[in-house]
Amino acid sequence: MALIGEDVAAQLRDEFASLKDPVELAVFSQALADPGSEQVRRLIEELAALEPRLTARSYNFVLDKERVEELGIARTPAVAVLGSGKDYGIRFYGMPSGYEFGSLIDAILLVSMGESGLGQETRAALDSLSRPVHIQVFSTPT
Amino acid sequence: MQSEKISADGVEVTGFPDLARKYAISSVPKTVVSESVEFVGAVPESMLLEHVQRAVETGGLVS
Repeated sequence: MALIGEDVAAQLRDEFASLKDPVELAVFSQALADPGSEQVRRLIEELAALEPRLTARSYNFVLDKERVEELGIARTPAVAVLGSGKDYGIRFYGMPSGYEFGSLIDAILLVSMGESGLGQETRAALDSLSRPVHIQVFSTPT
Repeated sequence: MQSEKISADGVEVTGFPDLARKYAISSVPKTVVSESVEFVGAVPESMLLEHVQRAVETGGLVS
């Protein structure tokens, strides 16, 4: 049975019509240690199947160590939202349902546009950051 | 995505009780910036920027 129902799929196809550049969704799972992560892999594959500019690439957290380290993946399930040839540092951990699903779709749209949507003052301030910053936003499905 | 210095994780925390404990997540959405600055709920862009700048100034660690 599909994880994304037909109504939601139709809405998503409409949203994805505004995509510009291709987006890769790199999904990291591990069937043995974290069976639930396979559900996320299925969800991401279904999502990518809705739109030709979206590609899902599935990696095994244990076997694909090189990619895990390259993208700094800390745990499973994980999804990295990657631009064409550019990693903006956006990751989702856990099942992207509820609030997180909306955030994932927003991230796909922004990465495809290559545009953060932030104001001029914020951009200028961020340009002058003197050290790396790691932002974690925690949510629950409801 | 505006700055190469910033990385951002969205974490659905029910699958990670260790993180829920570590960051004392009782209300969501909860945001933690570089392990040093945290707040609950949505904030305007200007306030988020202030939190980011404060984390940089206080020498927050990047995990």
